[in-house]
Amino acid sequence: MTGTDLLTPAQLPPKRRSRRSATLAVGCVLAGLIALLALVSVLWLPYDAEDTSGGRLDGPGGGHLLGTDKLGRDLLTQVMTGSRIAVEAGLGSVTIAAAIGITLGVLAAFAQGWLDDTLSAFLDILIAFPTLLLAMLIVAARSATLGSAVLAIGLAQSAVVARLVRILVKRVLAQDYITAARTSGTSWPRTVLSHVLPNIWPTLVVNLALQFGLAVLAEAGLSYLGLGAPPPNASWGRMLQEAQATFTTAPAGALAPGILLVLLVIGVNLVADGLRDTLDPATRRRRS
Amino acid sequence: MARYLLRRLAFLGVSLALASVVLFVLLRMLPGDPANALTAVGASPEQIAAARHSIGSDRPLPEQFTHWLGQLASGDLGTSFVSSLPVGPEVVARLDVTVPLTLAAFVLAVLVAVPAGFTAAYRRHTWYGALLSGVSQLGIAIPVFWLGMILIAVFALNAGWLPSGGFPQDGWGDPAEAFRALVLPVVTIALVMSASLIRYVRSATLDVLGSDYLRTARAHGSSFGSAMWRHGLRNASVPVISVLGIELASTLLGAVVVESVYALPGLGSLLATGIAQHDYPVIQGVLFVSTLAVLVIGFLADLVQRFIDPRLRGRLSGGAR
Repeated sequence: MTGTDLLTPAQLPPKRRSRRSATLAVGCVLAGLIALLALVSVLWLPYDAEDTSGGRLDGPGGGHLLGTDKLGRDLLTQVMTGSRIAVEAGLGSVTIAAAIGITLGVLAAFAQGWLDDTLSAFLDILIAFPTLLLAMLIVAARSATLGSAVLAIGLAQSAVVARLVRILVKRVLAQDYITAARTSGTSWPRTVLSHVLPNIWPTLVVNLALQFGLAVLAEAGLSYLGLGAPPPNASWGRMLQEAQATFTTAPAGALAPGILLVLLVIGVNLVADGLRDTLDPATRRRRS
Repeated sequence: MARYLLRRLAFLGVSLALASVVLFVLLRMLPGDPANALTAVGASPEQIAAARHSIGSDRPLPEQFTHWLGQLASGDLGTSFVSSLPVGPEVVARLDVTVPLTLAAFVLAVLVAVPAGFTAAYRRHTWYGALLSGVSQLGIAIPVFWLGMILIAVFALNAGWLPSGGFPQDGWGDPAEAFRALVLPVVTIALVMSASLIRYVRSATLDVLGSDYLRTARAHGSSFGSAMWRHGLRNASVPVISVLGIELASTLLGAVVVESVYALPGLGSLLATGIAQHDYPVIQGVLFVSTLAVLVIGFLADLVQRFIDPRLRGRLSGGAR
């Protein structure tokens, strides 16, 4: 080995770190912009949500930055309300998925023998079902509201989180420091809280960020099928469904919500990628 | 191998039994009386009771369950509450649309994703390698129905090359028409599916490219191509096949949104109508058939993985673990 070879590893880290933080930074900016839009929409909207004073299907301009929809409602107002609904849907679903998924996953990891087999087979079957279908069943049984949609998506995703947590916890439980903690008299609940959860946290956070993006997409899909937030709450999915018939004549209504939706999901996915590369030493070594 | 097949088949049977119990219980737990779907608003209690009796929802749950199992055993999926038609033939008719749609999209997605994912990994420092990764990043963020809308606007409404939706009344009576009706839906699903597949293929390829066995093979004088062919392909395909199985299974049912965009009479839209009308036999029938498909696909994926990777042969199920 030559001298330059020995130097390279020391020179590489700064470069790698800058690329990692670039992913994270772009993701944060994209997701942050939508979050900001959602925050502003709570405090201020250009028009009232039910104000139909604008012309029908006006193009951008003339007091309406993005134009109006087929009922004469301001598009920017609707898109902003939609951003709030999207963020709420993402946060709500992920909170439910995390609460149920982590609890179930930890319990499943402690289960042994046939109980473990049954639980993981059950989770496998649940996961094989598309989130959207499980959500459709639940939404159809309750009523079509944002709450139902969030609950449904969160429940469907909790199976994915539970399976991941089960695998991660099993891996941690096999470690020596768990045996050490147990032999020194730490109780199981305390071991889980102070040794297991902190160790699975990095992988879990990355997965939850990905679930956020998937939840936003699933809510849009449900709204597109008419199973999401009811009018006048303008969910991006429902806006797109309403604008589908007039795509060629008034493209703004069919493009703006879609573009924002894509930006939000890409943003969150980039944050997840950036976090994984920063938090997980194994992928840090492998990927770059 | 014969012993493994038997054990794996038994596992398949147990999973199916478990799934049908879960399916049955889950559907009965949903609020809303199926008899409501049969009776008009403002029906008298006697009418509702008669409706409940006619569909058997007044009997105890275990009895309903064994009745359903008995029907299933004789290949009968029950009768729709709403249309009074048998569910089985209806499901089969819908499969005429959903199966070609899913399989064509799946094959197209694999044909796109495998070379693209490999290139994205092998040429990750070139501009087109980075572009491929970027495009797949974009692809997983696009809602499938929006992509469908855009494709309709561009290729059906503006260019007028293909129909914007619907499926010929006589099904595959005119193969050319049926084929034309499926082109855009297939492309829509395939694009979204290949976006996520590219990421898996890319990461599996990266694992192989950084592996010790590949370096050893190269050190022993194999060319890159033959080392990849002999060692890389086999190793990289195991995780990819596991993902492929899940993708195929979820597309079969997940086509519901695409079927709605393109107004296709497929399995997904049958389920959507069933759910909207509280038509339990339809919901149960569609979900049972798709669960069966999901489990069989998992079974096949396990077999293929075992065939490829001898290290898995000690285990019952390869799975995505």
